[in-house]
Order: sequence, then structure tokens, then C-alpha cells
Amino acid sequence: MSSVEHASAVGGARSGPGLAALLKVELLLALRKRADIANPLLFFVTVLALLPLGVGPEPELLARLAPGMIWVMALLATLLSQESLFRSDFEDGTLEQQALAPQPLYFAVLIKAAVHWLVTGLPLALLSPMLGLMLNLPAAGYLCLLVSLLLGTASMSLIGAVGAALTVALRRPGLLLALIVMPLYVPVLIFGTGAVQAAIDGYVFAPQLAILAALLAAAAALAPLAAAGAIRISLDN
Amino acid sequence: MAWQWFHRLGSPRWFYQKTGAWLPWLALASVVLLTIGTVWGLGFAPQDAKQGHSYRIIYIHVPASFLALAGYYIMAISGAIGLIWKMKLSFAVMRAAAPIGAVLTVIALFTGAVWGKPTWGTYWVWDARITSMLILLFLYIGVIALARAFSREQVADKACALLALVGTVNIPIIYKSVDWWFTLHQPATIKLTQSSSIDPSMFYPLLTMIIGFYCLYAWTLITHTRVLVLQREWRTQWVQQELLAGESQAGEGK
Amino acid sequence: MQFQFAGFADFMAMEGHGIYVWISYGVTFALLASLAAFPLLRRRQLQRELQRQQRIQQRRRQAENGRKATTEPA
Repeated sequence: MSSVEHASAVGGARSGPGLAALLKVELLLALRKRADIANPLLFFVTVLALLPLGVGPEPELLARLAPGMIWVMALLATLLSQESLFRSDFEDGTLEQQALAPQPLYFAVLIKAAVHWLVTGLPLALLSPMLGLMLNLPAAGYLCLLVSLLLGTASMSLIGAVGAALTVALRRPGLLLALIVMPLYVPVLIFGTGAVQAAIDGYVFAPQLAILAALLAAAAALAPLAAAGAIRISLDN
Repeated sequence: MAWQWFHRLGSPRWFYQKTGAWLPWLALASVVLLTIGTVWGLGFAPQDAKQGHSYRIIYIHVPASFLALAGYYIMAISGAIGLIWKMKLSFAVMRAAAPIGAVLTVIALFTGAVWGKPTWGTYWVWDARITSMLILLFLYIGVIALARAFSREQVADKACALLALVGTVNIPIIYKSVDWWFTLHQPATIKLTQSSSIDPSMFYPLLTMIIGFYCLYAWTLITHTRVLVLQREWRTQWVQQELLAGESQAGEGK
Repeated sequence: MQFQFAGFADFMAMEGHGIYVWISYGVTFALLASLAAFPLLRRRQLQRELQRQQRIQQRRRQAENGRKATTEPA
């Protein structure tokens, strides 16, 4: 099923518009798996709803914890959804086809990561102001939270793709994936929460957002390269 | 044939036979240097004016921290050589370097924590350097865990090499960002960074310990690689001969 | 350069910091020693494994020879 669709898309990708076709197919496939889209979001909301139950409902305390907690939970939600990034394509042979195709695997990975961001990172970021509201996030932080999550989740989708590609051949990669990817998320987390904290405290936060954007640019350039290499290694297994 | 030595170095057998001669010298150098450094550092170096005797932990903490970080680069570079030149031996070095580096990181973290208690009054502070070390430990653990997850050694080698390389690209970014994060959150009461230059009477024992640790690291890396080579080349005749010959002259393996 | 402590007890105590210093050095050298010991133990393990395999092979060969010896005259 999906491999047939892929085959036609990849076959067409010899020319320029092929990438657009691949993007369309990937997006279509992602949108069909409703549960895969909904689960990270539900996880995100549920865990953050548990937070006040754990630390108590005092508004000041929640306001202090909000930026960090929202960011850490967004990180975990992205991470949890990453496991299935290449899984079905690996199992039905699509990935092997794409690795053999004349187009560089780089773009296929980039597109998969982009689609992953569109169905997890983007909704997570859009949902974050609501959670900020529930956690009593100070008003100055909302815009920055939204923008930092938009940039940060995109970087995390790309970085996580490397881990997903390395572990795709394993039967149960879940915790291992988290173990190898989590340290690589550290800079994104630091600058993401740093930006929101700066915005709340009334300082400039543009530099942190600029660094997040720079991290995203670097990740977009390098992570698909590493992930493509990792896919080729995994296909050897 | 300027490259011959390079390709020969890639042969596990050549490596095994060549390094056997170096090992006693490296062992001797590291034992001598570490003994001198330890006695000097513990007994003869002067007391620190501010920290008292607890500063003497520096003589193991600093060399271990140096090598923990250097070990990651050694692991990543040998992984890269393995990926580029498809060199079996290089992968063995990489795989041997991972647990050694992880242990050194644990040593650095442990001695740092114990040193923290008399100095700052607490075992653990989220200081920039400690936090970076912790993340380095996670990077090492990731590589080790990934290696164990694969059933085929060749795939595990390549996957670990790639992960180590990705980690290498990230380490400077992680260090910088943790540094920045720390300056942002640094409580004004605790001052951890003294930029005072270290007195020669304290520096020379430290230097001795650093060189001693480097020698010990080289020795450990080589012995771990050698035993990995034996394990991987298990089916070949020279390994079987080596193992059976080693039985008659016990202790030769050292 | 001179010894910084009045005696052995003083050296052990290090003005109250002794416990931290000695624990650090002890754990460090214990960990380094275990790192150094690992290849030796592993090598011995490999040796034993190889010997075991060879014994099995030898026994199999003997058994085969024995069978041949008994079947040949028949």
C-alpha cells in the first residue's frame, strides 16, 4: 500500500517536483494515522495536568515552573512520537527503495522530519498557550513560548530523526532512543526555556530565539545527513 | 608505499603483536608517575589557603576530567577512521574506549561531588562543569547501550561510530549552552570559579598526575582493544595459538 | 619540599577533610584497577572457552575414530 504510493512518488522525484510529491505522500500517510498524531498531544496535556496535582495548586509556584515544565513535556512528547518515524517505511521496504533511489536520501529524511514536525511539533506549539494559561504563565511569556516551541520542536524533530534512524532496525527501540537522543536535546531545551524565562522577566529574548533558529539551521543541514547514514547502516542489519 | 604502515596498523594481528612490546613500558611509566604524583600531591604539596586539605582531590579530579573528555574524542575519531577506511581495528579501539571513558567520567563526577561537600557544603550543585560532565556521561552511556542493542557486531560498530560523531559535533554546543545556562542561574552566594593561577608547588604534582593518567589511559585502551581483538578474531589460527600459548606462560597477558 | 603533616594520624585526618580525600582516592584507584583487571579476566575467559571447545572437538574426533574402528572389521 504505502510502498506503492511511495514508489510512484519516488519515481517522479527524478525531476524537481518529485520532492513536492514525496512531501504530499508523506503528509497524507501521516494524517491517516490519527492516533499517532493525537497521542503525543494527549500525553503533553495529560502530564501537564498532573503537574499541579504533584506540586500543589499555588499560582506563584506553577507560574515559576510553567516555562520549564511545558518545554520538558514538549521534549518528551516529541521524543515519544519519534520512534515510529521510520518504522513503517523500514518494515514495508520503502526505506530500502529510497536508499537505492538516485535521489539523495538526505531529502527523503528532511521531508520525513518536516512532516513529523507538522503533525507533532506544530500542534504542540499551538497548544502551548492554552497550557500556559492553565499553569498561570505570566502574560509576557506567551508569544515567546509559542515561537520558541515552533523553532525548538523543529530542531528536535530533526535531531531525533538521527536517533530514530539508528534504532529503526531494533525490535524495541523505545528507551534506547530516548537515551541516545536526550543529551543531544540539551542545547535546544536550555535556549528554549531561557528565552521564555527572559521574556517573563522582562528582558530581551530575541537573542535566544536567534540561537534557537541557528540551532535549527544547523540541525536542518547536518541531521538529515547523519540520519541518512544511519539508515544505510540500519539497512545492513 | 607511504601508506603501508597505515594499512598494516589496520590489521588486528599486526597491532596485537606490535603493542605487546609497548605494554610493559606503559605500565611501568603509569605506575611510577601515579605513585610519585599521589604521594607528592597527598603528602608534600602545600595546603590550599582557602580550601584546606580537601583541595588534594584535584590531583585525581582534574586528570580524570581531562581524559573523560579527551576519551570521547578518541572514541569518535577512531569511529570516524573506521567508517571512512573500513578499518576493523579502529572500530575495536572505539568500542574499547567507550567503557573506559564512561568510568573516567564517573570518577570525575564522584570526586567532584565528594570535593564539593567540604568546599561548598553540598555534594551536588548544578555547576556548569558538573552538568556538562553529567551530559557527557549520558553520551557515553548512549553509545554503550546502542552497541549492546545490536546483535551483529559490524552494524553495532558503524552505528556507534555515527552516534559518537554526532555527539562530537554536539559537545561544544552543549558545553557552551550549559555555560550560558549556568551564568543565567548562578546563585550570587556561591562562587565556584576562582581564576587564580595555580602555584608551581601545586602544579608540578598535578602535571605528574596528568601525564600518569595519560599513560594509564593508553595502557588501558590498548589492553582493552587487544582483548576485543582476540574476541573478534576468535576463529583465526593466530588467536587460538596466542590464547593457548598464553596458558603456559601465565601472566604474560599483562 | 617537606612532608606537610605532623604524623600518620595527622595525615589520615587532614584536619577533618581526610575522609573526603581518602574516599576520593580510594574509589578512583578501585575503579581504575577494575578497568585494568577487566581485559585480564576476559582473556582468561576466552582461553577457557577455547580449551573447552577443543576438548569437545577432540572427544568427537576420538568417538568418530572409535566408531570407524568398530565398523571397519565388520
